[in-house]
Amino acid sequence: MITKPLTKNIDMARGPLNISDYQAVDGYQSVQVIAKGLSPQDTLELVKASGLKGRGGAGFPTGLKWSFVPQGDNSPKQKYFVVNADEMEPGTFKDRLLMEGDPHLLIEGVIIGSYAIQASKAYIFLRGEYTVSERALEKAIDEAYEKGYLGSNILGTGFNLDVILHTSAGRYICGEETALLNALEGKRAIPRAKPPFPQVSGLWGKPTIVNNVETICNLPGILTYGVDWYHGLTKGKDHGTKLFGVSGKVNTPGCWELPLGTPIRELFENHAGGMRDGLELKGFLPGGGSTDFMLPEHLDLNLDYDEITKAGSRLATGTMIILDSGTCPVGMVGNLMKFFSQESCGFCTPCRDGLPWVDEIFNEFENGCGSEKDLEILHEHVDYLGPGRTFCALAPGATAPLGSGLKYFAEDFHRHIKDKRCPYKH
Amino acid sequence: MTSSGLIASSVTRARKLSAEEINEIEHEITLYADKKAVGLEALKIVQKHQGWVSDESLLAISQYLDIPGSDLEGVATFFNLIFRRPVGKNVILLCNSVSCWIMGCDEIKDYIKEKLGIDFGETSDDGEFTFLPVPCLGDCDRAPSMMVGDNLHRNLTLDKIDEIIQQYRNQ
Repeated sequence: MITKPLTKNIDMARGPLNISDYQAVDGYQSVQVIAKGLSPQDTLELVKASGLKGRGGAGFPTGLKWSFVPQGDNSPKQKYFVVNADEMEPGTFKDRLLMEGDPHLLIEGVIIGSYAIQASKAYIFLRGEYTVSERALEKAIDEAYEKGYLGSNILGTGFNLDVILHTSAGRYICGEETALLNALEGKRAIPRAKPPFPQVSGLWGKPTIVNNVETICNLPGILTYGVDWYHGLTKGKDHGTKLFGVSGKVNTPGCWELPLGTPIRELFENHAGGMRDGLELKGFLPGGGSTDFMLPEHLDLNLDYDEITKAGSRLATGTMIILDSGTCPVGMVGNLMKFFSQESCGFCTPCRDGLPWVDEIFNEFENGCGSEKDLEILHEHVDYLGPGRTFCALAPGATAPLGSGLKYFAEDFHRHIKDKRCPYKH
Repeated sequence: MTSSGLIASSVTRARKLSAEEINEIEHEITLYADKKAVGLEALKIVQKHQGWVSDESLLAISQYLDIPGSDLEGVATFFNLIFRRPVGKNVILLCNSVSCWIMGCDEIKDYIKEKLGIDFGETSDDGEFTFLPVPCLGDCDRAPSMMVGDNLHRNLTLDKIDEIIQQYRNQ
């Protein structure tokens, strides 16, 4: 019984499996399932029934997303399937592992997704810095063409699919799906107005699905081993396994595939080995830089989308960033604000002007010049840059660590003002 | 060349793209529904061959793909891995996002700055190194991390920086 469908083939010391070895461990079995007569509609229904939710951060049900693509004779003939492999969320290092470790799993998933929505062209939008992933994917794509899993009339199904690897050239905003589409079209990566949603009018105005790497890597298992098997993987309410990472001053930082619903404490203590000697856990961001801080008291919650949301944060990418007792919380939030400020695409005013202002205030705190008035301005920006105020989710994402940081670490902010210096610097 | 990345003079003329560059650009054109989509790829191709994207190169691509120069400049200056100024033989991309910051990338930065005598955005006098910050490299469990050219270097320490710099100097 397969319990780790995402990482079962990954051995970084050995390197990724070639296509023959990959086929020997049930690789491309899902394409055989399709070749035996599984229709696109049935494929979609299976993915819906699996309960798979997007692993890129938003957690939207994958099957439901696919179902918005118009089908039938009156729908545009050309549809596109796009892989969001632009991993750049601060503290997130899971898609890199999948692409470097088992590139064929992603290609197999791309075939399933493209088939379900009847896309004859798929683009993998890969961030430019992921050079090892680029080489691994290039090789995997070539091998898949050679074996007839890509190209024309795949395994006699009459389904055609070309996969194109697009390497980008930086900028976090490309991870926002409509900005990503603009970048693929050769434009500045600025988010588009929604609606229309990409499912209806995406790449070059055609119906387009954009899915995250890890989401797509879930698909082969669902078709090969079935929905019941998939439902048996979880420990909680959400289905499947997920990659969870821990970075910061823990004993053994890393990335592991665990059932959804695993207690946070198990990830933190058993896998990441707890805090380094002499340090205590002060807080953590549960799923990358755009999530709200959580506290040590939250360790007994489970890694479950709803449960984390109820605690005021988001599971998002599932990669925890640890704040230890020796690291300045104001400095940590300040670092994130600098990131978001720099990565703003500059299109809408609250984000373009608000984030640099916030960043500047954090510099003041760092230099011992922070005031109560500054603190007030920061609090105001949590609202001014929050959900509904901006064109896309970048600035609202920034307000997550900002708002929660101001709330949970208020004393640290006040000490910076009172001491006129960072109390963590010796 | 102005530091702002804008074309300095209307007297600037497009250079001739090499046969190799044209071949690679033509290949990219076959992969996209619209020729204009290939602007970024063409900038990357030219940068791979020339090291950076000069005004003359930018104009050449603009003419070849029939993209207005201002649009292509908009793309070139948007993406941080397109260099509109000459860079050194080795480009150092030091991750300064949150996990690397917690693990001490500021110290690494100060050390490289002192060792090479260059700050972020600068190139060493001998033309060997350009030093740039980069957003989260997705290598957070092995922070601090940086790239030199296409290669990733992880779990950085000051001693490791000495070795890495020496390694690239010797190449």
